[in-house]
Amino acid sequence: MYGYEFYVDPSRCIGCQACVKACEECDTHRGHSMINFDFVDRAETIATAAYVCWHCEDPTCAQVCPADAIKKGEDGVVMSALKARCIACENCVLACPFGIPKIIPEYEQMMKCDMCYDRTSAGKRPMCATVCPSQALAYLRPEEIAARRERPSNVFHFGNQTITTQVYMMTPPGTDSVTLDITEFMWEKANV
Amino acid sequence: MFDRVKEREPLWREEFSISKADERYVNRRQLAKFLTLGSLGMFAGNLWILGRSWMRKARVYHRSPIARAGEIPVGGVKLFQYPHPGEQCIMVRTGEDTYVAYSQKCTHLSCAVFYSREENRLECPCHKGYFSVTDGSVLQGPPTRPLPRVVLERNGDDLIAIKMEPEV
Repeated sequence: MYGYEFYVDPSRCIGCQACVKACEECDTHRGHSMINFDFVDRAETIATAAYVCWHCEDPTCAQVCPADAIKKGEDGVVMSALKARCIACENCVLACPFGIPKIIPEYEQMMKCDMCYDRTSAGKRPMCATVCPSQALAYLRPEEIAARRERPSNVFHFGNQTITTQVYMMTPPGTDSVTLDITEFMWEKANV
Repeated sequence: MFDRVKEREPLWREEFSISKADERYVNRRQLAKFLTLGSLGMFAGNLWILGRSWMRKARVYHRSPIARAGEIPVGGVKLFQYPHPGEQCIMVRTGEDTYVAYSQKCTHLSCAVFYSREENRLECPCHKGYFSVTDGSVLQGPPTRPLPRVVLERNGDDLIAIKMEPEV
């Protein structure tokens, strides 16, 4: 949809999983939700986070695909693996730093969020963004999101890998990128 | 590591682009060109093969004494090399006065055939290809061509190989 961008704000997620259920309803992948729904730290908090595919500028999943099955459309949407080509090798599953691609064993195919291509290409919002009651997943115009306190960012650092994405992450004001150091992430006070 | 892609895309990545818009498809003209040039090439190749077989001269074999009559018992075998050293052949004495000889190379995958006296046939141990001992024709198994026969001539007590049939 021209002029609209996807914004993900985990701090708004209330864990209702409406997005998961709405995604499952889609006829192109009925019964399989393409939402990545996480319980952030189940023992300590009720915080949850729902993610869609970030639709990278230079998608790692497509870079590692040996079958040339993952394609990016002209509008920047990275599609599910082409059924005729996908060999279900799971390279993309292992390579994606966001953990987005999923292998559907009964189809022997990788499927992932394609930003509801059937809807967005016809001028409708993605299903998850339409059902999200807290707009943690939001499909809005940039001027509409500018009213929020958090700032959108689409640059991610995973170790030495820098990724620019089409979907924006809402970050605290003053932050211009999201950095994840995997060793830091694994640090636990109890083990020190 | 991932910056390399932005610097310069390798050729294979240009051919198999991630972006749908940059995918290169073969157009009709390219296909027609490939078909025309490809069939021209095949035609030329066939002409060359044809010309070569026309030019080929009949092969000349030398006479080579390989055994003496009575040297081996009936049902016995003798290995020899004909027409060149290293080309193994097998001679079988099938009767009191009859001798046959064949190339020992199975016509399937060149394993060495041996003579089975119980079955009275030449057998290849690799894929169970069996050949008739009378004329070298295939009895069973994967080989499709008969064993090349060594034509023998008897000169007094000497058995002399004079040529191969068919030519090898």
